[in-house]
Amino acid sequence: MASSDGQVRPGVSDLPPFDFGPTPLTSAPDLASARVAIVTSAGLRPDGLGAWTEGQGFVTLDSTRRDLTLAHISPNFDRAGVAADLNVVYPIDRLDELARAGVIGSVASSHIAFMGAQIDHTLTTMRLDTGPAAAKFLLDDGVNVVVLTPV
Amino acid sequence: MCALANILEAAGLATVAISLVRSQAERGRAPRVLHCEFPLGRPLGRPNEPAFQNRVLNAAFDLLRRVDVPVLVDFPETIVDEADAPLSCPLPLRNDPRLHPAVDEAIGLMPAYRRSLERTGRTGVVRSGGADRVAELVAAFVRLEAGDDWTVEGAPIEIGAAALDLRAYYEEAALGLADHVPAARQAESWFYRRTVSGDLLRQVQKRLRSSGAPRASWFALAPTGQQLARD
Repeated sequence: MASSDGQVRPGVSDLPPFDFGPTPLTSAPDLASARVAIVTSAGLRPDGLGAWTEGQGFVTLDSTRRDLTLAHISPNFDRAGVAADLNVVYPIDRLDELARAGVIGSVASSHIAFMGAQIDHTLTTMRLDTGPAAAKFLLDDGVNVVVLTPV
Repeated sequence: MCALANILEAAGLATVAISLVRSQAERGRAPRVLHCEFPLGRPLGRPNEPAFQNRVLNAAFDLLRRVDVPVLVDFPETIVDEADAPLSCPLPLRNDPRLHPAVDEAIGLMPAYRRSLERTGRTGVVRSGGADRVAELVAAFVRLEAGDDWTVEGAPIEIGAAALDLRAYYEEAALGLADHVPAARQAESWFYRRTVSGDLLRQVQKRLRSSGAPRASWFALAPTGQQLARD
């Protein structure tokens, strides 16, 4: 019998493709000197709210916060895992440990959450507005490496 | 994720994306993607297993050296959900026969929910007024199941939000009852297949779908793998 995920995945596999042209490339620094941020599409919020409000492109997540809520609207993924351990979606404690061990240079001051099923946002919005704004926010903090996590 | 990776990389950030849906990653052509055949909702694989999570992160960071973009690499370990093996944990005994069984059950799980909240410091019961309102939420779904007009209970999005809160309350209570973190979707299957409230949500979803109610009112009541067949 197909797993539950096996029933969900086909439904998201035929989403319309996008064409951003040639894949861009930015050379990564040595990991030991990299300043690393997490960008997640899990719709995490730092304010105790559970909804992604209209017009909200992304939220910033202070690196010290752990009391985040999962505001993603979809029922079609396991939610108990992140309820038990935030790191299974947002590996912030792992990054802190890697920084203390000298594996990475440092952890960004803040991270970024989008919500993967934004009703009122298109890829064009992300490409022209919210995406560049998120990039600027991270670059202004000295970030040079980003780990992206879905949910 | 792939679209965002392309945008951030173009802006001057070196990116590596974790993928949970390989076909999307193939078409997204992001610079560097580590595909993890893990349950949806668990991109780092295993909750409360830092060593495993570090293996995933290390594999992702290894891709940063690559300049032959786009790069798509599979993480060598796979994890599948266990929706077909609902979590085994006790349910409250019937306490107040004057209450609907679902309301009685929800109230009985409050100590387990609070244990979980104390342990994690976080809760997903945040959309409809918090855990203290859970009995009211269940009562609203009881009315919907009995045939109430859905428009009486609020906007479609509010019904969905109440369902997500009710599910979060039960799944967090399950974490408070179990002595381990369940495999993916085991707590979900326990809720929908073993509890009165979970079955209630499935019945309400079926009823709303059959009655032509807006998708936004029933979409979040149960995930695809837990929905009842329509008549």
